[in-house]
Amino acid sequence: MAICTGCSLLCEDIELTVKDGDISHVRNLCRKGHGHYQALLTERARPMIDGKEVALDQAIAKAAEVLHSSKAPLLCGWSNATLEAQTAGMSIAKKLGASICDTSPPCLGALMERIISGRIPTCTLDDVRNFADVSVFWGSDPSNSHPRHLSRFSYYPRGEKRQKSYEEERTCIAVDVRKSATATLCSNYYFRMQPGGDGEFIESILATLDGRIPKFGDKKRMIELGTILRKAEYGVIFPGIGMLYSLQNRLELFETLLAKLNEIATFKVVPMVERFNSRGFYQLLHAPGNSLAAAAKGCDAALVVGSDPLAELPLATARALARVPLIVIDPHRSLTVDAASVVIPSAISGMEAGGTALRTDGVKISFEPIIESDLPSDEQILAKILEAI
Amino acid sequence: MVSAMEIYMLLPKTNCKKCGLPTCMAFAVALLGREKKIDECTPLIEEKKYEAKLKKLREVMAPLESASETGLIIHPEKCFGCGNCVVACPVNVAAEPTRCGVGLGPQGEKVILRVEDGVVVCNNVKECRRFGPNKVLCNACTATCPSKAIEFV
Repeated sequence: MAICTGCSLLCEDIELTVKDGDISHVRNLCRKGHGHYQALLTERARPMIDGKEVALDQAIAKAAEVLHSSKAPLLCGWSNATLEAQTAGMSIAKKLGASICDTSPPCLGALMERIISGRIPTCTLDDVRNFADVSVFWGSDPSNSHPRHLSRFSYYPRGEKRQKSYEEERTCIAVDVRKSATATLCSNYYFRMQPGGDGEFIESILATLDGRIPKFGDKKRMIELGTILRKAEYGVIFPGIGMLYSLQNRLELFETLLAKLNEIATFKVVPMVERFNSRGFYQLLHAPGNSLAAAAKGCDAALVVGSDPLAELPLATARALARVPLIVIDPHRSLTVDAASVVIPSAISGMEAGGTALRTDGVKISFEPIIESDLPSDEQILAKILEAI
Repeated sequence: MVSAMEIYMLLPKTNCKKCGLPTCMAFAVALLGREKKIDECTPLIEEKKYEAKLKKLREVMAPLESASETGLIIHPEKCFGCGNCVVACPVNVAAEPTRCGVGLGPQGEKVILRVEDGVVVCNNVKECRRFGPNKVLCNACTATCPSKAIEFV
């Protein structure tokens, strides 16, 4: 049994057949997880300083030197690193006085802060499987982003109180700007909105729950949605990036909706985090992360752990980050690795290195290495850097 | 997926009964159900004026040849490997209630559908509700597929 680190669901039922240090056959792994491992096993990174291949220890020593001599270092990435590596990273940040932030979308931080502090009620995904009868996918498309979300937790499995599951007892609602793959599964319960219309949509739901006629959207459909929510026993909302980007600073509206819904029935929120340990980073930090855009402009050296910010971030931020010397700890080649001045290859978390991580709902899951590797894990590399600075 | 009507449009539509069935429409339905073969329509094969129709018919019938005995066709290129069908299939749930029933991947060999190397594969077709003459038209696996990667003939 292995754990998949392809997305934040951390599926625990993967059966692998390993032959000659390579995965030859795998069961129960979704296409995304399969692609994740296939991609990681090709084009492994090599220890390099300024484009020249060196010994691993030399690269680590150089990394420590660059960080030590820098005045305003930035430590970013972290969402693809284990809790142990993140803790080591925070120790480095403390010692250097560096700013530390992850590369998740900026809006996610505000939601995570509200969830961790308890202002928005949350539950585990196991509770969703056992008790939930209404799942609302708002601005998220788990069929693509977390392929096994519906089959493991939110719609198809039979749970303690939901033995008849999707056939009779569960309702799946999709609220989105387009008919996504998940929305096709929800068939009649797909509610379409205009891009950026999430605020108005929430106001309409609030109106229907109060028994008023909604001002925005298709009135009949909104009343229909209000009726489903009103009849729910245990509802769960899965807000995705689509909703968070649209609401931006108006998350209070979402809080109001949750408060209103909880007057009628139990309603919980489980965030849809993309990377396998983004949740862990927020939980360790106990605060909304620094703004990466501002931090990237102010830094003079950056340590990137297990992510590819140059390829993923908006152009202005990526450009700001690319002008400073980059130290990258990554198992395989990426755009950031190619642009970095120091490259330190690491073992793949979940496959070659063990550790613990937090699932998207905050449940701690630990994993063991499956394949033996000579490369050190992120945690070991960071510990060495911490010693050297 | 091709329909019986589309197949009928490509047949001679003469109701000659040479295939043993009363009408061409009945033959089209039998073709779709894989009870008859294209070659059994002798006028279509022998008469030259139907040449273009025969070619088109063979084209539209080609994807059906990869179907299993229950008529299940899997398009691996479309599959997400989400496992919705694995968890929804009643035979899978009956075979492994503590795993498929609660959303986990199956461990044993009794299940029909399972996800291997990131895509769904079909085994033990004989256990399927659609197998044999007393079949039930169950569509739990196709109805739960988000990408239409599996379908029945």
